[in-house]
Amino acid sequence: MRLFLHQLRYEQLLFWRSREAAFFVFAFPLLLFVLLSSVYTGTYLGKPAAWAVLAGILGYGAANTGFAGLALLLVGRREMGFLKRVRSTPIPAHVYLSAVLVSMLLIFVFQAVAVLVLGKLLKSTPFPHQALSMLLVILLGAAAFAAIGLGFTSLIRSAEGSSAAVNFVLLPMAFLSGGFGPTTHYGRVLRTIGDVLPLKYFVQLVYAIYLHNHEIWSKPGSIAVVAAWGVAGALVAIRRFRWEPVEG
Amino acid sequence: MTPAAIVVRDLRKSYGTHEAVRGVSFEIAAGEVFGLLGPNGAGKTTTVEILEGYRRRDGGDVSVLGHDPARSNPQFRERIGVVLQQSQLFANLTVREIHLMFAGYYERPRAVDEVIELVGLREKRDARVKTLSGGQKRRLDLGVALVGDPDLVFLDEPTTGFDPAARRAAWEMIRALRSLGKTILLTTHYLDEAEQLADRVAVLREGRIVREGTPADLTGGTEETEIRYRRDGREVLLRTGEPTRVLNELTTQALAEGRELEGLTVRRPTLEDVYLLLTAEEDDA
Ligand SMILES: Nc1ncnc2c1ncn2[C@@H]1O[C@H](COP(=O)(O)OP(=O)(O)O)[C@@H](O)[C@H]1O
Ligand SMILES: [Mg+2]
Repeated sequence: MRLFLHQLRYEQLLFWRSREAAFFVFAFPLLLFVLLSSVYTGTYLGKPAAWAVLAGILGYGAANTGFAGLALLLVGRREMGFLKRVRSTPIPAHVYLSAVLVSMLLIFVFQAVAVLVLGKLLKSTPFPHQALSMLLVILLGAAAFAAIGLGFTSLIRSAEGSSAAVNFVLLPMAFLSGGFGPTTHYGRVLRTIGDVLPLKYFVQLVYAIYLHNHEIWSKPGSIAVVAAWGVAGALVAIRRFRWEPVEG
Repeated sequence: MTPAAIVVRDLRKSYGTHEAVRGVSFEIAAGEVFGLLGPNGAGKTTTVEILEGYRRRDGGDVSVLGHDPARSNPQFRERIGVVLQQSQLFANLTVREIHLMFAGYYERPRAVDEVIELVGLREKRDARVKTLSGGQKRRLDLGVALVGDPDLVFLDEPTTGFDPAARRAAWEMIRALRSLGKTILLTTHYLDEAEQLADRVAVLREGRIVREGTPADLTGGTEETEIRYRRDGREVLLRTGEPTRVLNELTTQALAEGRELEGLTVRRPTLEDVYLLLTAEEDDA
């Protein structure tokens, strides 16, 4: 536990020290919220459109932090030989990785709070009534996307290509899943593709909790899909995660 | 005899069909500085990384501080310090912060400021890593490897790519480590480095140890002394096991004939000659 807290502290220090990471992972979704909430006006599902935008951005943020942020961080450290180096020290692998994961989770929780506060200030969006469900769903989403990100690192072979690879997955997924605003006006094909993606179900969960004040348990199907993707990511990670740079 | 820190018996490792290490054996005593010397591709990194616990061996027995590194555990990792051939540390942390981060991984770390002092980075204590020069970054690497106060330090090509001044500074540091009683396994393809730092050297070529001993042993292996001079504009080279007698004859004769022994040199083969000889055999293979 001492080791875990020690590493968590340094993970937070590292994250906030690195301006690019702090901007793309933490601030960028906030910026998107400001932009999108001024584009989508009127109502959606009987609520002001800004509410749906907010819910979508929470979904995008989970994928952006958990999946993209984590995958980029780990590939970067792997390719610079840093993970390999850490392996020669007594800190156990699971403690190190847990600290990295929990640090990302924390960052997403901060971000969710920041989005909610920003929404309230700019668009008078409410704080969620089902606060506990909201917290649980945020943790579920961040954890599932982190597991997917962990598995995805094994597909990336270089630090240079990692940003392109991650965004190639993240941006279309967010677009198709309602991360950048409601998808009701999308064509059938696009919506069908979205139907297999975890982010769509995660956004649905956030809609249900945030727009309709449902509890998280009201959508067990969506929970199952998000969790299944997370488990799949974790299984790939267990089999394929590597600590050493990809050579040659 | 001090107990062995490292025992390697008939170590083997292949990558696919390529045999990188073909039956290597050596022992390193506690407190000894051992140099693994060889050209690129000889199998130095492969050997060292098996001892560090990074790579699996295909055959042979290995004991490092009494542990089998293939079953690398935290107790083992408490006692080793590793400087990899290639690795970078976080650009945005300061020298002190990086040391503190790594110190936290160990049960009994060495005082961080002491380590920073030891590797000569006191002035740069609060500087971000990205502002350090190449040589300073390498010293940081070493500092981070020492922060757990290891008994055994692995240095894989610690000065490759250094300018001469940085190399000498690194050598000083490695000597300081030896005086702390650490066992050191260092690899290098620089002969003078092995000669300067190592108590014992093994020359590795194509996965085999072709010579092993103290730097003096290695050069002493060839008993011949070389005597060169010019006669009538032609180079004369004599190799002899009795340089005193041969020189006496040469000078007596030259004096009698009233000649000068132009360009006279007398030299013992250096480790470099031996090394070149050993590694040149490659061409015959
Ligand atoms: N991970 C690897 N996969 C395949 N071949 C390797 C790998 N590592 C090293 N080799 C090969 O094994 C031989 C020895 O390499 P290495 O141990 O790195 O030598 P050195 O450190 O002495 O330069 C070289 O021919 C190298 O190409
Ligand atoms: Mg090497």
